[in-house]
Amino acid sequence: MSAPAIPVPEIDQAPPSTRVAATDEAPGASRGGWFVRIAILVIVLLWLIPTAGVLVTSFRPENLVNSSGWWTALVHPFRAAEWTLENYRLALDRGGLGNAFLNSLAVTIPSTVIPITIAAFAAYAFSWMEFKGRYVLFVVVVGLMVVPIQMTLIPLLRLFANGATIGRLIVFPDLDLNGSFMGIWLAHAGFGLPLAIYLLRSYIGSLPSSIIESAKIDGADHFTIFWRLVVPLSVPALAAFAIFQFLWVWNDLLVAYVFLGGTRQTMVLPIALAGLVGERGETWHLLTAAAFISMVLPLIVFFSLQKYFVRGLTAGAVKG
Amino acid sequence: MSASAGSGETATLTAPPSKPRAAGVFILRLLVAVAIPVIAFAVLWRSFDYMRDENANRLLVVGVAIVVGVGGVFFLYWAMNRIVDLMPERYREGVRPYVFVGPALVILGVFLVYPVINTLLISFKDSQGESFVGLDNFKFVFTDESMLRAIRNTLGWTLVVPIVAVSIGLAFATLANRLRRGEAVAKSLIFMPMAISFAGAAITWRLIYDFRPAGFGSNIGLLNAAWQGLGNQPVAWLQAAPWNNLLLMVIMVWMQTGFAMVVLSAAIKAIPDEIVEAARIDGASELQVFRRIIVPSILPTIVVVTTYMVINALKVFDIVFVIGGAETNKTEVIAERMIRWFFILNNSGRGAAIAVVLFIAIVPIMVWNMKRFREQEMIR
Repeated sequence: MSAPAIPVPEIDQAPPSTRVAATDEAPGASRGGWFVRIAILVIVLLWLIPTAGVLVTSFRPENLVNSSGWWTALVHPFRAAEWTLENYRLALDRGGLGNAFLNSLAVTIPSTVIPITIAAFAAYAFSWMEFKGRYVLFVVVVGLMVVPIQMTLIPLLRLFANGATIGRLIVFPDLDLNGSFMGIWLAHAGFGLPLAIYLLRSYIGSLPSSIIESAKIDGADHFTIFWRLVVPLSVPALAAFAIFQFLWVWNDLLVAYVFLGGTRQTMVLPIALAGLVGERGETWHLLTAAAFISMVLPLIVFFSLQKYFVRGLTAGAVKG
Repeated sequence: MSASAGSGETATLTAPPSKPRAAGVFILRLLVAVAIPVIAFAVLWRSFDYMRDENANRLLVVGVAIVVGVGGVFFLYWAMNRIVDLMPERYREGVRPYVFVGPALVILGVFLVYPVINTLLISFKDSQGESFVGLDNFKFVFTDESMLRAIRNTLGWTLVVPIVAVSIGLAFATLANRLRRGEAVAKSLIFMPMAISFAGAAITWRLIYDFRPAGFGSNIGLLNAAWQGLGNQPVAWLQAAPWNNLLLMVIMVWMQTGFAMVVLSAAIKAIPDEIVEAARIDGASELQVFRRIIVPSILPTIVVVTTYMVINALKVFDIVFVIGGAETNKTEVIAERMIRWFFILNNSGRGAAIAVVLFIAIVPIMVWNMKRFREQEMIR
């Protein structure tokens, strides 16, 4: 009943029945054995080649990068002159990637944590508290999931720069948020909230009501139930959204470009990459090292927490 | 709510009990809903004020951000909950839900609802958003040559990317399902580009499409090297309109096929084995099993995945922006034009109008989404 948009898959967790059929020489498996394996191998290789190209190029000296294709390096993989770490030193230092990496952390972590906390409280209220307009408000949240961010940028930039007033009443103070971390955290929190509330509600709403009821009978108030009971039980859903939001914010170019801008002090990794392409489009040794630096953390997060990530993605198939 | 979670939920969700309350409760609710975010904001603001100093140690910033982001936000909810406890008893449980849900609603209002309405307004105003100009901006959107190309290209993206990505994803999921070993590894390798930024992917593929004219050294781009290996002259792929659009779409297909594959694979595994086996025993070929059983059973999932891809393709921005030269190469798309007109050419009226066009394209999907959700709630 927690059923999100689509059944929640988990990589490498096929139902037992499928497993048995697969090992038992299912008729299909034996008939298409070679064809299946070769087709899979071809697609996987095709999918890996682009990343492999970046990885290999980033470790080759500049002159070799520019005179021969990266695949030629694979012919002499053990020749020391073929490889170097210089590109990474250059990218981190002169390319400003080191600074951008720290900025990305400073943007991403709060932008992930703040919406989770706010959404968890809201999801609890939508699931287990009674108030007027609960259903209608939640349908609105579902609708907000696909609003294109482009639709919000102009008013938000103005709001951040000038504040807002109705008559003489200050509705939103002039905080000069443009170019500050605070501004982008709030923006990412706002853009991430609909999905977060949706995901967490479908999980928190599916917790057995007997648990909540018995806690109430024992005299626990909503706040205690939420904090002591619901949050610990919801760790999988919280993790799923955390990974999703982390990857989304880390890889985001649009919001960072508009709210943080491209100055060297505040630029995040995708901005730094875009800047390098613009300034030095053909310096492949630098570009590939920079690209790989930006991929390291998400790839680690991805491979170590893949199961949760898949869960978040599939449940949020409707995110905008 | 003593019944199972399912039935209890439905009952309360569809028919919220409406106890008549004094107007005082309403005002209290309103006050709480507004006060919490304002105080939260002020506290957060004070805590981070020093970070305007751009030389502040970033690691420290991250540390403080985590402490305040989690601890601070949590503390505010806790404090507000305490305040509610001090209220007269008959108001308490009427106000408390708004302590929990209020901040989220205010943030959604400020960051999504208000801007959408305001953008609609701005789209009818001039470049600085001062005086109304009627439909001029929309006239621009639907007559300007570059804008028309952007709309055409975006249509291309929303057709090609979902169809290709879902087809490959479906084929791969079906085939991988029949592997005896290595299914998980194969799937996560296809899925991996999902973790990479569009900017990183754009660099990755620019390297593949790299071009040097004949006589200017050997081509280090894989595509041209292969092309030359077949005995052709090297081609400046990214300038070869209109086919360069397809080459950019390849990047998105590369990134999103994994998503389609993982979701469809889960749906395929959920098909009961008996059905598939029965068909095989009746003599159905693998292709027939695929067409008559697998595809019809996972059709709802295919629809959802395709919709998701269409939304993403509609909003494609990063790839075109990072590859660059959209106008000279004729690879403009709507979302990229919006940023160009609003942010680079400083014309908020036109920028807003372009955003509105994007929004209108998404509204049907939004309505469908909400309808589908309500149907799901009815079933619950």
